[in-house]
Amino acid sequence: MIKLSDKTIAAIEENATRYPDRNSVLMFGLWKAQEELGHLSPEAIEAVAEAVRVPRAKAQGVATYHSLYWKKPVGENVIMLCTNVACTLMGAETILEHIENRLGIKEGHTTPDGKFTLQEVECIGSCGYGPAMVINETFYFDLTINKIDDILAKL
Amino acid sequence: MDRILLKNVDVPNIHDIDVYMAHGGYISLDKAFAMDPKDVLEEVKRSGLRGRGGAWFPAGMKWQFCVEVPKFPKYLIANADEGEPGTFKDRPFLETDPHQLIEGMIVSAYAIGASGGYIYLRGEYPDGYRTLNTAIKQAYDRNLLGKNIKGTDFSFDLTVHRGAGAYICGEASALIESLEGKRGQFRVRPPYMATHGAFAMPTVVNNVETLVNVSHIINHGADWWGSIGTKESPGPKVFGISGHLNRPGLYEEAMGVTLRELIYERGGGIRGGKKLKGVIPGGVSTSMLTPDFLDMKMDVKSLQDAGSAIGSGALMVMDEDTCIVHIVWRAMAFFQHESCGRCTPCREGTDWMLQILARMENGGGRMEDLDILADVCHTIHHNCFCPLGEGAVMPVLSSLKYFRHEYEEHIKAGKCPKGLRARVRH
Ligand SMILES: Cc1cc2nc3c(=O)[nH]c(=O)nc-3n(C[C@H](O)[C@H](O)[C@H](O)COP(=O)(O)O)c2cc1C
Ligand code: FES
Repeated sequence: MIKLSDKTIAAIEENATRYPDRNSVLMFGLWKAQEELGHLSPEAIEAVAEAVRVPRAKAQGVATYHSLYWKKPVGENVIMLCTNVACTLMGAETILEHIENRLGIKEGHTTPDGKFTLQEVECIGSCGYGPAMVINETFYFDLTINKIDDILAKL
Repeated sequence: MDRILLKNVDVPNIHDIDVYMAHGGYISLDKAFAMDPKDVLEEVKRSGLRGRGGAWFPAGMKWQFCVEVPKFPKYLIANADEGEPGTFKDRPFLETDPHQLIEGMIVSAYAIGASGGYIYLRGEYPDGYRTLNTAIKQAYDRNLLGKNIKGTDFSFDLTVHRGAGAYICGEASALIESLEGKRGQFRVRPPYMATHGAFAMPTVVNNVETLVNVSHIINHGADWWGSIGTKESPGPKVFGISGHLNRPGLYEEAMGVTLRELIYERGGGIRGGKKLKGVIPGGVSTSMLTPDFLDMKMDVKSLQDAGSAIGSGALMVMDEDTCIVHIVWRAMAFFQHESCGRCTPCREGTDWMLQILARMENGGGRMEDLDILADVCHTIHHNCFCPLGEGAVMPVLSSLKYFRHEYEEHIKAGKCPKGLRARVRH
């Protein structure tokens, strides 16, 4: 049984004051739990459900509905590479292949040392500056193979 | 055209309320509060403002429906989900110049009589989440949000609700479900949002850019604002142009700018001096068009007449070397991934089409697949509750219409002529 930190619980309670109905805090709670725990295991989701006071099935349903809630453990650095249409036009697939080769993993996987997770994602709102990716909340634009090598070498 | 909406995006620290106010920020509040809410609404109606989120519904009319319902509290929600692939035009108002959105929301809420406000922000914009939260706090500290704003009897609370990656949550009713802590699935109407929206109360959902325009309408008047652009789709518009261009990016233009101007003037023409093959004019859910449409005006009616849609104004440009089948396959991978699974034609249809397109790209296409694709499209069309599936149909049918020969080349050659492959995703 996972216990959320007092800080997370307090944040959930504060957030609850902003809605006429407590159920609305669920997404916020899941975000907070993910920040605290790294990913949302079934136990983590249960802890959120308890804190928000919704049935566990409901929390599970919302957690699995969204692609940014990690249901499995992820690496220290999560590479989210956009391969949607605008980025594909600009060569995102070559970038994807290069990262896969460099890290020795396929998209959707984590390196054995737990350092990188590589995730192909849908449009991240950077279409005019593609290929684009996000690593740990930092955006990178106009990607080239050289740029990728520089970025990954520094992580 | 002089920039209106993006005027201050290059001003350092425009996200700070003092800088924003030094550049004329929050003036529209004084103007609006000196007017009766009815007159603010009237002014917005008169301007001809239409929603910038994709459906282009007249904003004033939507507000009017909500105002007429004698139930309180009412809610105003800014749709900042920006999920339509190709779209990146709301981002400046979320990450760079957030007070412009907050100001627009306050004035709009005043006209609607809304006391509660939410910004449903896509999870992919963590900077926006922080920036908006700081900006909202600043606005509260100045009594521009909260109780009795600027000493009036108008009160309005505003909260950012962070999404977590689901395209369908950008659809207004699914967004409300998600705001209420449920899985974001489409609500069948009626009841309409004007009567039973968020928390079963009268609600208006507007796109970020729609709301941003409101303070400019109030500041400078409906006549001035309405004189920009075309008569049926007036006003300024931020176009996000991407793909094979020399200068892709965001360009604020009067509605009615031509496709040619966007591509060859603003965008600097096709990269590497190549020829234009086609465009996706308004986001992945809109029908592809060919260079024959270059002199078309980018406005609601012209795009409709062309058999497409202006959508979110997200123009994607494809040069002569583009493999259309590959692009349609990738678009379908998106729709298949994002289908919420509730309606069978959309859930199964997008999956089926994805398999056919992948097979074709990888060399196993058959001529009868082209009929099957068209068939599946027609099954989805009008047979689903929500428009997501309709969006999935557009790239397929339009490419079959304009680029059928590319499909045939794939089938005849038993491979992608450009040597591309469809990946299996994990
Ligand atoms: C699948 C789907 C996704 C949508 N995504 C968005 C979105 O990300 N942002 C948005 O403003 N509107 C989106 N819309 C349109 C909204 O349903 C709604 O029409 C819009 O927010 C209304 O605002 P407006 O009248 O100001 O345009 C989407 C619609 C559909 C069907
Ligand atoms: S398509 Fe890649 S960021 Fe939009």
